[in-house]
Amino acid sequence: MSHAVIGPNWAARIGVAALALAALIFAVALAVSVGEMAIPLPVAFRALGNGLFDLGLPVSAIQQGVIFDYRLSRAVMAALCGGALAVSGAILQALLRNPLAEPYILGVSAGASTGAVCVMVLGFGSATLGLSGGAFLGAVAALAVVALLATGAGGASDRVILAGVAGSQLFNAATATIVTTLASAEQARGVMFWLLGNFGGVRWPDLCVATPVALIGFVVCLVHAKALDAFAFGADAAQALGVAVTRVRLVLLATTALLTATMVAIVGTIGFVGLVIPHAARFLVGPGHARLLPACLVIGGIFMILADILSRILVPQQILPIGIVTALFGAPAFAVILYRARRPA
Amino acid sequence: MTLATHDARWSAGGRMIVDGITLSAAPNRILGLIGPNGSGKSSLLRLLCRLRGVASGVVTLDGRDIATLPRRELARRLAFVEQQATTDIQLTVCDVVRLGRTPHRAAFTSWTEADEHAVSAALERVGLAERHDQPWHTLSGGERQRVHIARALAQDPRELILDEPTNHLDIQHQLSILRLIRRLGLTCIVALHDLNLASLFCDQIGVLHAGKLVASGPPENVLTPGMIRQVFGVEVHIRNGAGGRRHIEYVVDVEPDERP
Repeated sequence: MSHAVIGPNWAARIGVAALALAALIFAVALAVSVGEMAIPLPVAFRALGNGLFDLGLPVSAIQQGVIFDYRLSRAVMAALCGGALAVSGAILQALLRNPLAEPYILGVSAGASTGAVCVMVLGFGSATLGLSGGAFLGAVAALAVVALLATGAGGASDRVILAGVAGSQLFNAATATIVTTLASAEQARGVMFWLLGNFGGVRWPDLCVATPVALIGFVVCLVHAKALDAFAFGADAAQALGVAVTRVRLVLLATTALLTATMVAIVGTIGFVGLVIPHAARFLVGPGHARLLPACLVIGGIFMILADILSRILVPQQILPIGIVTALFGAPAFAVILYRARRPA
Repeated sequence: MTLATHDARWSAGGRMIVDGITLSAAPNRILGLIGPNGSGKSSLLRLLCRLRGVASGVVTLDGRDIATLPRRELARRLAFVEQQATTDIQLTVCDVVRLGRTPHRAAFTSWTEADEHAVSAALERVGLAERHDQPWHTLSGGERQRVHIARALAQDPRELILDEPTNHLDIQHQLSILRLIRRLGLTCIVALHDLNLASLFCDQIGVLHAGKLVASGPPENVLTPGMIRQVFGVEVHIRNGAGGRRHIEYVVDVEPDERP
């Protein structure tokens, strides 16, 4: 803990990064092998090798297809989504100085789904890019509404959560109104299924949008790691330390809106990951953002892959919405974290 | 020449909070700002370190308008200690002091020997070197204030601005914080409530009343019964105590044995 801000030497850093990457690859391999058609891990690795590097290893065509076109894209999307939501949560918690801040609670996800539903139902182009664009506008609108409400209510950090709850309700109501009044029955069913969050429909073109957004967003956040540390004692303290508070806030809030919106557009709204993972990561690597943000990316990614696996195997012949699984397993984990990290009186 | 304001004005919610203040700090001396609640002390301090921008007038550092200085450059010259700033994040003492190196470090640069040295020197100067790894939440009010001062010192400033650093501390810690500030030898601008402490520790005093500077100069010239009556609405006697120190006694119309 004492050297949480400095970090160890480069050898240790590379070691930790290699370990994290290995854990991530193992989680992906597990996700690929588990399913209605169980595929042994060695076959899964061979199929990955074939798909990625064209090695020509012996794998049946059906297995190759299931693994590469369905399960791998799904696992990679889960990793990106978990990582992006966890990083967004960590950023919002630091900027707003509230441990409960995260995209779902602040209504950013609700705003993004309203935007995406507008595009879907009213039909301004329905490609992933169109959906993501609509979701981004919705997310920015939600952040603006929440920021206005919170500032109007006195600007204290606890007001932000109240404003977020109000914003969430407003945008969820807007989504419901659009769906019930304007959508066809078939569209409505599709929207409702998508809103609960699921990775079922993810294909490689979705990843062509999600991957660059997640990586660029993550780098933007990482560049601001020191500025985020400086927010520990509030915005005035950060500004007195030479941080351009207004610019950093704008850039990072826009980045979290973009990350959240992209994920919502592709997989729907998933709660809890943005809240729990940053706390778990802080518990493991300390509060310094130069380490916390990479930790959130990796732990969030692994958590979401595992949650997706569980959503597929928990109830036989049925896939649970991913949001239910993240909450089922996230809530007790959160309770343990809270209990163990409690302050001595 | 160091930090100065010329006819600085700032308003909030249609009310003039800082109303045309012109003052300047002397290098390596302590300038105390006193005044009743709401007289504009905190707002003036925030204008001095550019946490707020002046509506009109100018704040200068060595004759240069601080609005033209890059923020990081300003933060390497001038540090600010807020009133009772705290956090929910689980930080240790050295985590907090390390924040003071923020203006000296670019993105993605590693922690250097110079940074580490600045942090341990700062902790040494406030007398908390052995508390390096202690969690922030376990510190007392006086210790937290010292850590904030150490964080400010790690910025390596020449000017230090403190907003009521003795607020909510017991008298022993009030004295020890002010002694510490006095020993630093920096140019300090300190908002204070206690008139006796201000007279004891400040080289110059500025008196604020309703956003205006109504008096300034050495304590013995400024803290007169007439001025205190006019600004604070309190009657005082001023007595010369031991060692030629002035003591301000409040005249209160309560008999010692009076009970309600």
